[in-house]
Amino acid sequence: MKQSPKVFKDAQTALADLKSGITLMSGGFGLCGIAENCIDAISAMNISDLTVISNNIGNSGRGLVKILVQDKIKKAYCSYVGGNPDLEERLLNKKIDVELVPQGTFSERIRAAGMGIRAFYTPTGFGTLIAEGKDIKIFDRPCILETALYADYAIIKAERGDSFGNLWFKETARNFSPLMAMAAKITIVEVEELVEVGEIDPNDVHLPGIFVQRIFQGKNYKNDIEFLVTK
Amino acid sequence: MFWSTEEMADEIINLFKPNSSVNLGIGMPTLIAERIPESLNIMIHSENGVLGVSGRPEKDKVSPTLINAGKETIAIKAGSSFFDSSLSFGMIRGGHIDYCVLGGMEVDVSRNLANWMVPGKKVTGMGGAMDLVNGTKKVIIMMNHFAKDGSPKLVNKCSLPLTGCNVVDLVVTELGIFQPINEKFKIIKLANDITIKELKMNMVNFEK
Repeated sequence: MKQSPKVFKDAQTALADLKSGITLMSGGFGLCGIAENCIDAISAMNISDLTVISNNIGNSGRGLVKILVQDKIKKAYCSYVGGNPDLEERLLNKKIDVELVPQGTFSERIRAAGMGIRAFYTPTGFGTLIAEGKDIKIFDRPCILETALYADYAIIKAERGDSFGNLWFKETARNFSPLMAMAAKITIVEVEELVEVGEIDPNDVHLPGIFVQRIFQGKNYKNDIEFLVTK
Repeated sequence: MFWSTEEMADEIINLFKPNSSVNLGIGMPTLIAERIPESLNIMIHSENGVLGVSGRPEKDKVSPTLINAGKETIAIKAGSSFFDSSLSFGMIRGGHIDYCVLGGMEVDVSRNLANWMVPGKKVTGMGGAMDLVNGTKKVIIMMNHFAKDGSPKLVNKCSLPLTGCNVVDLVVTELGIFQPINEKFKIIKLANDITIKELKMNMVNFEK
């Protein structure tokens, strides 16, 4: 591998400057496409009071649940709690602050941050608890004002990545990861396969490397399936 | 006779126009994916980032990165595509999806839907439901007619926190198909041998 300032040895070195109190985005839908190595590394670090932005905050006792049950998370932004009893229990007993965000608004708020858009109006959530305290404006329909969601760090996983940080995702593992990479100040990527620049065809780059600050070759992937159904 | 879940799924499939796009919610609606005839040429969208779901995969074709929004393994058909969550919800919020079929806890005569939390007791979260009910062209709710305590889930006014306001087009239950309109539930179709008298027990304003 040619020298590249972005390439790190492993999760520990790539995450070494994470501190208590930071805002962290974490890619993945359920357990699909989660940054397993980064999550394990954070669970072994002595940091707390994290604000975590992630669709599910782990699931089925796995993924970010490892950090959740260590009580390292102060505030969580997510869209779905079902299938995550550890999160539901903490939410109902007010042990952590949870902001539930409709999933389309969630992804759009993250995308907006990466795109330099400060806020946008959407009909999603009008007339519900989500709209409480938000500015309402009538276009063709009543819409509520939603603001961009930023982060200090994002941890994401891709199938292939090169030493510049160009990424290629597999199947539905892409989900929120490219958006989070754009919204965070420092994006840390782990990959199943780290390759030299030039090995990913420019036509196939899903996320250009300009959005990636650190990348490393991941290892020991479990790639858990939550619900195996077959014919 | 009440409709079985399979019969409910088939009633909903009968509502789909050929060559349309459909998003299926978690739970009961997932069954629809396995029962849509190929000849209808319907593209099933799953909000986690795939258009062209074809149901369950063969045992040797399972992939941990190929799942639906219910986190179940899936198969895809020719013509399918993968994309990120923003583009996926652009399809929903931009009005490009023809139908969504979601589960429900309550639907009322003012076309309101509640399906994401019971205050103090249960929080599943809204996931993509708030976007789906506001963005798709036709919103169909597939649910049991009665809650576990026997109370009807078709009500005059939702008591649970809303998912969407004035958004529901049709409700399909084991008793029939109902349309909330003009502050009543209009009966579109009843399951075999179900009488209006049985529906009136629900204390809802049904109109034939």
